[in-house]
Amino acid sequence: MAMAASSRLLWASRAAAYLRISTFPRAFSTVLKDLKYAETHEWVKVEGDSATVGITDHAQDHLGDVVYVELPEVGISVSQGKNFGAVESVKATSDINSPVSGEVVEVNQKLSEEPGLVNASPFDKGWVIKVKLSDSGELSSLMDDEKYSKFCEEEDSH
Amino acid sequence: MRGLLACAALARRAAGSSGAAPARVRHLASAAEAAEAELKKTALHDFHVANGGKMVPFAGWSMPIQYKDSIMESTVNCRTNGSLFDVAHMCGLSLKGRGAIPFLESLVIADVAGLKDGTGTLTVFTNEKGGAIDDSIVTKVTDQHIYLVVNAGCRDKDLAHIEAHMEAFNKKGGDVKWHIHDERSLLALQGPLAAPTLQLLTKEDLSKMYFSDFKMIDINGYACFLTRTGYTGEDGFEISVPSENAVDLAKAILEKSEDKVRLTGLGARDSLRLEAGLCLYGNDMEQHITPVEAGLSWAIGKRRRAEGGFLGADVILKQLQEGPKIRRVGMFTQGPPARGHSELVSSSGEKIGEVTSGGFSPCLKKNIAMGYVKSGLHKAGTEFKVVVRGKSYDAVVTKMPFVPTKYYKPS
Repeated sequence: MAMAASSRLLWASRAAAYLRISTFPRAFSTVLKDLKYAETHEWVKVEGDSATVGITDHAQDHLGDVVYVELPEVGISVSQGKNFGAVESVKATSDINSPVSGEVVEVNQKLSEEPGLVNASPFDKGWVIKVKLSDSGELSSLMDDEKYSKFCEEEDSH
Repeated sequence: MRGLLACAALARRAAGSSGAAPARVRHLASAAEAAEAELKKTALHDFHVANGGKMVPFAGWSMPIQYKDSIMESTVNCRTNGSLFDVAHMCGLSLKGRGAIPFLESLVIADVAGLKDGTGTLTVFTNEKGGAIDDSIVTKVTDQHIYLVVNAGCRDKDLAHIEAHMEAFNKKGGDVKWHIHDERSLLALQGPLAAPTLQLLTKEDLSKMYFSDFKMIDINGYACFLTRTGYTGEDGFEISVPSENAVDLAKAILEKSEDKVRLTGLGARDSLRLEAGLCLYGNDMEQHITPVEAGLSWAIGKRRRAEGGFLGADVILKQLQEGPKIRRVGMFTQGPPARGHSELVSSSGEKIGEVTSGGFSPCLKKNIAMGYVKSGLHKAGTEFKVVVRGKSYDAVVTKMPFVPTKYYKPS
């Protein structure tokens, strides 16, 4: 019943291999100008002390059809770089990390009914959480659109 | 996400570490890179790459996990039109000689002698404890020629197991030789368009060939071994073709189907077999799981139940009488898709089993899973919980297959 450790490693190597191999020419993903980006492919849009967080077009494109989004509870604290939820596609599970620290003030309940919004509209209707920022200084550690585009290109060309 | 998040997350999870661990992920990636150089390639490797196949390491081979179609699209297309899979990583093997049948019967649960010439069945290679070494499709070509296909991931251990027993068998005066069909490549053509498409490439009347039938025939001018079988629940064929003709045959099939039959990767293949309720060796069946626990008692021939004579027969025949302690079941689950290793618990929180395969069903548009539970909790309609990332969600036992199978049988 328990899968052998070797199978776990197989999954790991398969998963890691994915990083390197999905390099066939594809259309360039959209990157929006006024957003900030994390290396784990989340975006954040800041208005005052409110930050909207989602996953990028590049991320949804690589993930494939999203079938489930695990959302956090409103009121919990999230920390920059730490996991707060998950996105599931047909074959893969993927953590979502928060690009900023603060308190979750709203979650996108629509994703419970329509997880595919993450694919169809990653920067708009597919947003995941809204956070009340606790440290706006953290934003300087994130990438701007240009840097993030380069980051994705480099990652795909590996 | 497949590019990064999914992989990083999967790699992290698989490595048993929950925090962000870029160093470890990179380490795994470079290990995979090193391994990649040593991966075996099938005759269709370059054809896959040219067709947008995303190649991943699988059981020592570089195999396409998907092409440009999403796994969702590919899975659905197999059931509405058809799929062509490269399964040349699997190992085809012939056993020949007067001793071929008695020898094989000492290792598997099937009534091989009782098969009609040119027919086959699913079987299981067992160990002394009755556990499964591998599952395999075995065909009786004639009473002195058996053709079988074993899993890529089990090739080395299966061949070592067979060889060791074959030496012992021949030392005692048996007569059996083997031939490993490394000169051939295996393609699987599955779905409603499989038969009409293949019929355009052969003079043989395929309407007379039923599920599990086997023939050595000419397809598109190539000398093929054709078995009406598969791993999707659909009607279809597995075609063993000389490797030098494999790419041309793949092209001919896709062309004759007017591109309705699509190249399909291992990702959709896994969704399809799960929807069909079929075991994946290494997930749903392992060394310590018996065919009875796995729900494959039907594959133990009547004569074999009476006579035994295969490895672990004492354990297996006893289980047949007394019933197994655990059983493989199918489930619908709520919440996020339950994947392999998700715990199954009763409403009071007691552990009652584990998921061995699970995911989102592209055809049913809901979560399906299979796993093992204590006997008594295996009946359709039984409710319990599945734990995914620390949270419990409802699960209910359901009959398999999840999607009705469409094997071509005489009416």
